Amino acid sequence: MAERQAMPLQNPEERTQNFNEVALGYTEEQARAEASRCIECKVPGCVEGCPVNIDIPGFIAQIKEGDFDKAIDTIKLTNSLPAICGRVCPQEVQCEQYCVLAKKKQPIAIGRLERYCADYEMGKGVNAPVKPDSTGRTVAVIGAGPAGLTAAADLAKAGHSVTIFESLHDTGGVLTYGIPEFRLPKAIVRAEVDYIKQLGVDVKVDYVIGKIKTLDELREEFDAVFLGTGAGLPKFMGIEGENLNGVYSANEFLTRVNLMKAYQFPDYDTPVKRGRKVIVVGGGNVAMDAARSALRLGADEVSIVYRRGEEELPARKEEVGNAKEEGIVFSLLANPVRILEGENMTVNGVECIKMELGEPDGSGRRSPIPVEGSEHVLDADVVIIAIGTSPNPMIFSGSSGLETNSRGTIIVDENGKTSLDNVYAGGDAVTGAATVISAMGAAKIAAKAIDEYLKA
Amino acid sequence: MPYKIIEKTELAPSVHLIKVKAPDVAKAAKAGQFIILRIDETSERVPLTIADFDATEGYVTIIFQEMGKTTKQLARMSFSDELQDFVGPLGTPADVRELGTVILVGGGVGIAPVYPQVKAYREAGNRVISVIGARNESLLILEDEMREASDELHVATDDGSKGHHGFVTDVVKEILDSGEDVARIVVIGPPILMKVAAGMTEPYGVETIVSLNPIMIDGTGMCGGCRVSVGGETKFACVDGPEFDAHKVDFNLLMSRLALYRDEESKCLEDHDHKCTCRGEN
Repeated sequence: MAERQAMPLQNPEERTQNFNEVALGYTEEQARAEASRCIECKVPGCVEGCPVNIDIPGFIAQIKEGDFDKAIDTIKLTNSLPAICGRVCPQEVQCEQYCVLAKKKQPIAIGRLERYCADYEMGKGVNAPVKPDSTGRTVAVIGAGPAGLTAAADLAKAGHSVTIFESLHDTGGVLTYGIPEFRLPKAIVRAEVDYIKQLGVDVKVDYVIGKIKTLDELREEFDAVFLGTGAGLPKFMGIEGENLNGVYSANEFLTRVNLMKAYQFPDYDTPVKRGRKVIVVGGGNVAMDAARSALRLGADEVSIVYRRGEEELPARKEEVGNAKEEGIVFSLLANPVRILEGENMTVNGVECIKMELGEPDGSGRRSPIPVEGSEHVLDADVVIIAIGTSPNPMIFSGSSGLETNSRGTIIVDENGKTSLDNVYAGGDAVTGAATVISAMGAAKIAAKAIDEYLKA
Repeated sequence: MPYKIIEKTELAPSVHLIKVKAPDVAKAAKAGQFIILRIDETSERVPLTIADFDATEGYVTIIFQEMGKTTKQLARMSFSDELQDFVGPLGTPADVRELGTVILVGGGVGIAPVYPQVKAYREAGNRVISVIGARNESLLILEDEMREASDELHVATDDGSKGHHGFVTDVVKEILDSGEDVARIVVIGPPILMKVAAGMTEPYGVETIVSLNPIMIDGTGMCGGCRVSVGGETKFACVDGPEFDAHKVDFNLLMSRLALYRDEESKCLEDHDHKCTCRGEN
């Protein structure tokens, strides 16, 4: 059996000097060679592993035949954002995990093939979708992130009149403010959003629900509402020195760099502290994105400080690999206890404590325990806290009767329906911070339920 | 969706008023709230407190002083120019209720956000004593409007060119010393003024409220850049504020965080001024 095709990458020395996409994408030859490895299982596990149930064997067979137009059509039957998913889905724990060839650690590179098809289509120009006949029913979608865009696309395809309300000045949610250009070019996000607009979806940016209008008002104005408000509220550690100049939430750091384009300062007006020695606290994809961005901004050294070990890093293996290749230092089994103050309330190092792993905790991961007397100081002038986010409560002001749980997430049934009659929700606002594709999967389920509700 | 400027006036040297057509924002706005604007694609998002609004006419008034690049660019815009973004109303509205006698203090361009509060406190049935001040008479804005809206108006200038020779805090202290029964004092102005005012009123035990304007990006609680320390607790000014109990605010932290990008801001401004000069010569 042929080997899995490697993804062509920008070489590490070069790519740390720019914000261009790191993964360059398969060539046509590579895509066809990779597709031809698929053994076309009678009962394909990959489809079950996909949160939006793409007909994976179907589109792979079409790639084999060289019919990329058909392949992208197959993908788009269930996925409105393939160029994005092909890039940022954690395929290794989804479709590819269930590939028969995964047993030999050589699963079909499904994500890369999906990306190939999406890029192929964008390269030749996406055909404008056919607008369906109008049902005359209206839906408000709150948030233009992965969940909102997916729900909007599916509902528009079903003939409903959809309006998206987005609080920021640009669409895409975390795809725009969170994930850096070098992992997900913004032109791709824009193209996918344009496709959704062509379906007839009306997008209102600069529109803060909870402030301009309340959920109660939207429920009156529209036949149904979908909440895809995400998990945008940054968590801090609550340690000494966390408000010093040079301490950022990952949200702020990444929003400055990605949404406001601080990496192009002074051509763009928004600045960001570039840092000489940068410490990023946390081990998820957001931490990797922040660390790799800081490096590209010109830091001499960037370290990830994570309280568990390498095995427990929640980031995708591929991203950890990319980060290491670029020279990001991993200080594992360590946790900050305070941030030290320098001149003018700036950061002057981080005091950390060593950790060891004890028994598994509620999350199933081994819980980290501080090692007494192991405090040590790491040099730093910029600290980025990337330990997670929680749902933004702004939507709840003026939302009588919307039930949430103690973590601030919205309570829904298996169809994404909230405690309110015509209000549905999906994505991080329901689950807490998770992945782009799981938000999209939840949005698809909710969109289907909304469609049924509107037709009833 | 662009937002049109429907009126622009220079109130004082380098202090400008603009009215921006934003019907949805105007309809929802309340005293004490702010907006975030962005001039164009490459501009910063800048938070400015709402100085007035008219739900019927569908506009929001903001008043700003030329400081950095964005405010200088804004100052050069004129009637019918458009802003790319104008988001709001953001923040928690001022907690306006009937309390009795209330002193509202505005320093410099801080008089602008005080103005809608004067009207709101008065409408709520309070006796409003306003104290406004500036470096000199020419920089004093909204004097007539404030006089009209208040039960009593006091003026102070640093150089004595108008009203009391000295600071607004001197005037407030006099009122408190005169035995006036004051239920609340609201102070809006430069951080140093708010800090001094907080220190001055504390011994009198009068509730004092300040409106903070730290550096922000989204204004919806997403970035945490605007964090301030209030009574030892970290708060986000954009959603928890912008108004806080003056006696609990860590003003030193606020002022140090406001100065974080001083170097970058001067660089932006230098580039900007340079470009302007070049264009002027052409």
